[in-house]
Amino acid sequence: MVWYEILGGIFMVIGSIFLFLGALGILRMPDVYNRLQAGTKATTLGAFASIVGVGIYNPVWFWKTLVIAVFILLTDPVSSHALARAAHFAGIKLTDKTVYDALKEDENKDNKGEDNE
Amino acid sequence: MNSVHIFVSYPVWFFISVGVILAVIRLIKGKSVASRAVAIDVLTITTTVVLVLFALIFNRGIFLDVALIYSILSYIGVVALARYIERGM
Repeated sequence: MVWYEILGGIFMVIGSIFLFLGALGILRMPDVYNRLQAGTKATTLGAFASIVGVGIYNPVWFWKTLVIAVFILLTDPVSSHALARAAHFAGIKLTDKTVYDALKEDENKDNKGEDNE
Repeated sequence: MNSVHIFVSYPVWFFISVGVILAVIRLIKGKSVASRAVAIDVLTITTTVVLVLFALIFNRGIFLDVALIYSILSYIGVVALARYIERGM
């Protein structure tokens, strides 16, 4: 019952709860873009906390687990950005509950600018 | 050390297994290809975490190297899938 074992255990439990919440989010969200938000943010945090928790539980492996966790932290948002861009250019629409579409306003502004010139 | 082990392992495995089941439901049900790609992203990251937890159970340090390589492969796989959806290449 050393202090780093208890701390590592707490990190691991919190990380697994966030992984569960991320998976629950992608099941319940109505749209691809919402599912991307839930799947990326919660899953990245859950994976980071779990892996660093293993590193703290067993401090021999601390630097290796930190490398894995930082790699996931850096590359997961990049893959979600690629998926969101692909979903937009493939023509997948937003849901009906959408209130405000910022990208459409930007595209309309660009079109209007070209018409004036 | 035994009590910490029991307190940690039961909740962790319960939450991860229920999370995997929910993600597989989205993978089966998903209304478009991009939704299935999101489910695959979540599943591969969860697999990486499970590999790191296996390193703790079997007490061998080599599972961490496997987890690092698998995380690289999952990232490349999801980005390749996204580029295929976008351009049809």
